[in-house]
Amino acid sequence: MTTLAQAQDTTTGIPSAKLGMWLFLASEVMFFTGLIGAYIVLRAGMSSWPHLGEELSIPAAAINTFLLLTSSMTMAMGVAAVHRADVKKLRLFLALTILLGSAFLGVKGWEYSVKFAHGHFPGTAIFWDCYFMLTGFHGLHVLGGVIANLWILRLTLGQDFSERRGHLVEISGLYWHFVDLVWIFLFPLLYLI
Amino acid sequence: MSRNKIFSTDHKTIGIQFLVSSLIFMGLGGLLAMLMRWQLGWPGSALPWMERMAPQGMPGGIMLPEYYNMLFTMHGSIMIFFGVIPLLVGAFGNYLIPLKIGAPDMAFPRLNMLSFWLLPVSAATVLTGFLAEGGAAAAGWTAYPPLSGTQATMGAGQTFWAAGVIVLGFSSILGAINYIATIVNHRAPGMTFHRMPISIWALFTTAILTLLATPVLAAAMILLLLDRAVGTSFFLPAGMIVDGSALAHAGGQPLLWQHLFWFYSHPAVYIMILPAMGFVSDILPTFARKPLFGYKAIAYAAVAIGAVGFLVWAHHMFQSGMNPALGTSFMIATMVVAVPTGVKVFSWLGTLWRGDIRLATPMLHALGFISMFVIGGLTGIFLGSTPVNMYLHDTYFVVGHLHYVLFGGSLFGAFAGITFWYPKMFGRQMNDRLGRIHFWLTFVFFNSVMFPMFALGMSGMPRRIYDYTQYPALAHLTDINRLMSIAAFCLAASQILFAFNFLWSLAKGKPAGQNPWQATTLEWTTSSPPPHGNFAQTPVVHRGPYEYSVPGAARDWTPQTEEPPRGQG
Repeated sequence: MTTLAQAQDTTTGIPSAKLGMWLFLASEVMFFTGLIGAYIVLRAGMSSWPHLGEELSIPAAAINTFLLLTSSMTMAMGVAAVHRADVKKLRLFLALTILLGSAFLGVKGWEYSVKFAHGHFPGTAIFWDCYFMLTGFHGLHVLGGVIANLWILRLTLGQDFSERRGHLVEISGLYWHFVDLVWIFLFPLLYLI
Repeated sequence: MSRNKIFSTDHKTIGIQFLVSSLIFMGLGGLLAMLMRWQLGWPGSALPWMERMAPQGMPGGIMLPEYYNMLFTMHGSIMIFFGVIPLLVGAFGNYLIPLKIGAPDMAFPRLNMLSFWLLPVSAATVLTGFLAEGGAAAAGWTAYPPLSGTQATMGAGQTFWAAGVIVLGFSSILGAINYIATIVNHRAPGMTFHRMPISIWALFTTAILTLLATPVLAAAMILLLLDRAVGTSFFLPAGMIVDGSALAHAGGQPLLWQHLFWFYSHPAVYIMILPAMGFVSDILPTFARKPLFGYKAIAYAAVAIGAVGFLVWAHHMFQSGMNPALGTSFMIATMVVAVPTGVKVFSWLGTLWRGDIRLATPMLHALGFISMFVIGGLTGIFLGSTPVNMYLHDTYFVVGHLHYVLFGGSLFGAFAGITFWYPKMFGRQMNDRLGRIHFWLTFVFFNSVMFPMFALGMSGMPRRIYDYTQYPALAHLTDINRLMSIAAFCLAASQILFAFNFLWSLAKGKPAGQNPWQATTLEWTTSSPPPHGNFAQTPVVHRGPYEYSVPGAARDWTPQTEEPPRGQG
């Protein structure tokens, strides 16, 4: 197979895989723009909206924000480690990122279970439709990032990881920071404002 | 290197797979249109043999209104999602991009293969609706809620439809990422942006539109699917009563769907026309033996159409009840689209001016494209102006307009492209005499079907109407409708000529050689069909794409790979 994805033979010098991830993220931005835009329009169209602090747990969301921001930091440290070809540190930071991402999903799952216990499901009111839709799609994206990082963690066990597959860490990192960024928008929009 | 022909990662094989499947889907979509024309020409008359095909939709061979609704919905959906877009973007984008920029393949060959194989999955999902209780989707290709939004108003076919369109969206996005990455990153040495053929500029712009617009459609489709399957109310307002019972939905907005849907679907109109404009810009210089007039103007006009294309979506919604002030701003943005479009048409005419014109089949289709597209574009200006739109909205004028753009424009452009690159794809020429007969029959019958639609629309005949003869004011339109139906059947029959020519030439066509049209761009510097990897050695580009009849040159065409004569820069 022709190895087009390698950096040295591209016109711009940017590796195609990295460019591809940036393009994918552009489409992801538009996807969440559609969802968040729908939320804003629907909310603006309602004469009353539930008082958010009573319905949703702001402390849980704040903890989740902290978890996700920290995971972005560990991800960035992982990218720095792969640039130094330090596979041991890379494994540590990847594992931490996976752990923090999973903790985020755990807290989210706990929040969901509390809502379900109170009889709040998608389809019970437009507020809950929006809440589950936005946090659900964001959660699926976090899950995707956790799985991608798990896959890379497994690859680090192979030979010469930094030289042969090191670029994957950077690409996965781009995606992870994007998922983090979406949450930075969702947290105030859903919980605070 | 084993070359698996079916699950191939070679961009040329994938391009041809897209080509063949989209032509088959177009045949299917065309047959649905013939059934519609039967009902419009002879309302309520029986087609006894259709009873076996659709016992529920056409009992005794007489079409039911619900079946008619399903026909126009599936005709539009199949033609747009599985016909025109995969043909113009999937087939030509895949086939031409690496060849025209001098790359051995796409940036992501396996992603490319996935992008193709999602198409049959998506089509199977949408078409499964035909087997569902209540038949396939029937809420129009635009699927406006609340009609499309609940199980009570629209059966399972609509759910299959939305799910299939989401899958197709993934295919489009993967394709777009691939096209952009390939064009940005895998151009041959010397192939600067300003040396790229216009078809590549067009496909590049198209890919950007696809990348940024399709995810919004995916978001809308997912919300629609949730409304239907989970019981959410994103598009469903309070107080809906269906068959006498009140629905529990509340808080949603049907208009929100229209905004999200058209945010994709208006750029999609340009996704379906820009590539055709690109092909025509490649074909005209070749058959006029002249450089393309205004190369940069055409290239930037494509980008401008793409950019403005994101700002005009609500001109589909002038009569929807949205704020009239919005209508005015969208009207102005719509008129602005005419400027880059006019630049293109002017430049094409400038290319033809005093050219050495050769009327081979691809050139005929290209000229057909320009003339038909101008009618489509001008009627678009009628519809884009709010006061006129008030009168013409949802009439046959709209149907005429969109068919002049999508058949007169996109399809003539596609025919031009197929007949032009067929020798490269298959190594043999299509029969030119048959091709010209096919063009003239298509051209005449197309106009006989579609042009009267403008008159019907101005007479007040609504679109998507099952039996207009029930309205006294429209009953006198039977004769003209019957004439249009006969022309439509002839139009469909003429396509058999094309199918025959396509298949016959695969085996019996005249061997094409490397460069049958004496054209200048890179794909003509390699064998027909090109080998795996495309070029024996990476081509080096020394000049622009349209150097025809250069004064002092030995031939009237100078390939992009030819080095400049010594002593000059």
